[in-house]
Amino acid sequence: MAAEGSNSIDALGQFQLHSALGPIGASVNFTQSNLMMVIAGLGVLALLWLGMKPRAMVPGRLQAAAEMGYETIMSMCTETIGGHEGRKFFPFVFTLFFFILFGNLLGVFPLFFTFTSHIMVTLALSLLVFVLVTVVGLKEHGLHWFSYFVPQGIPKALAPLMVAIEFISYLSRIISLSVRLFANMMAGHVMLEVFGSFIVMLGGLGLLGYFPAALSLGVNTLLIGFELLVATLQAYVFAILTCIYLHDAVHLH
Amino acid sequence: MSQETGGPDTPSPNLSFEDRLKAARSKQGLDAPPKPSLGDTDSLNQGGLGGSPWGIGARVGVELVSALVVAVAIGYGLDRLFHTTPILTAVFVPLGGAAGVANLWRLFAPKS
Repeated sequence: MAAEGSNSIDALGQFQLHSALGPIGASVNFTQSNLMMVIAGLGVLALLWLGMKPRAMVPGRLQAAAEMGYETIMSMCTETIGGHEGRKFFPFVFTLFFFILFGNLLGVFPLFFTFTSHIMVTLALSLLVFVLVTVVGLKEHGLHWFSYFVPQGIPKALAPLMVAIEFISYLSRIISLSVRLFANMMAGHVMLEVFGSFIVMLGGLGLLGYFPAALSLGVNTLLIGFELLVATLQAYVFAILTCIYLHDAVHLH
Repeated sequence: MSQETGGPDTPSPNLSFEDRLKAARSKQGLDAPPKPSLGDTDSLNQGGLGGSPWGIGARVGVELVSALVVAVAIGYGLDRLFHTTPILTAVFVPLGGAAGVANLWRLFAPKS
């Protein structure tokens, strides 16, 4: 992708969109990002369907993975949001977590595209969460929900100021939620690309370059492992922050 | 206490397998009894980010900047709307900074 015949590192070229699936995809602007979303969705379905097909008492590897994912998200929901409400939001959080997790993890494979490395995608996801949280809050508490913006036990004179600050702080969730995921994924892939280019460029130097090129290869190997960690952690953080926001919406303060 | 094997006296089917296993183990004296409400405050405390300094640092940066971005966007938008160009932006920038600090306080405040 980068440094082909040139001496510059094109670290951001990997994030460029182009249409997938030939002329049909091109006519409806179906990009490789969309293709990866479809693959991620099918991957989640495949994990659950194939994993749960044996219905064994002692689960195999795939079934154990499916069950563990279910249990983890279920306990995250019930512990963070609260028993009854947590179960209500479990499908949403589960879908969100696994969609992001598969998007992040598939991106680590070569030739695959990471759709979570685009701010537009993560912003859409966090807007979805934001709108849901707001609607849930309004539905649960009616107009009383607006008292969320007035912290308890503050002097009356400070109330307008605090409401403005709380309002901005509430809106900033959209940005912080989306930027956290996007920045982590993009930074990781830029690092991979940069060190990958180092391997090619230093290897081209001849005998002198072999040692540093091998060093870069080692760094890249470590980065792949690190990338796996970040992919899982960021999906988890996105899910648990969604749970915390839902908890705030359901319980107020 | 009779040593039953799960079945009829399990507390409720709503608990996850881990919870039921933990409850059963502590009942048999295999584990120490669970500390009350540890998981709840823990997961709420730092957004499940653990204690990695890099994670905390990134978190702090994102929270501060995102509040400021929202505040500037609001101020600039209102300025464009009311043709009061620098004033509302100037009003909202300190508010945004304060909102960022409020975000951080909510994250790292000692739980009472």
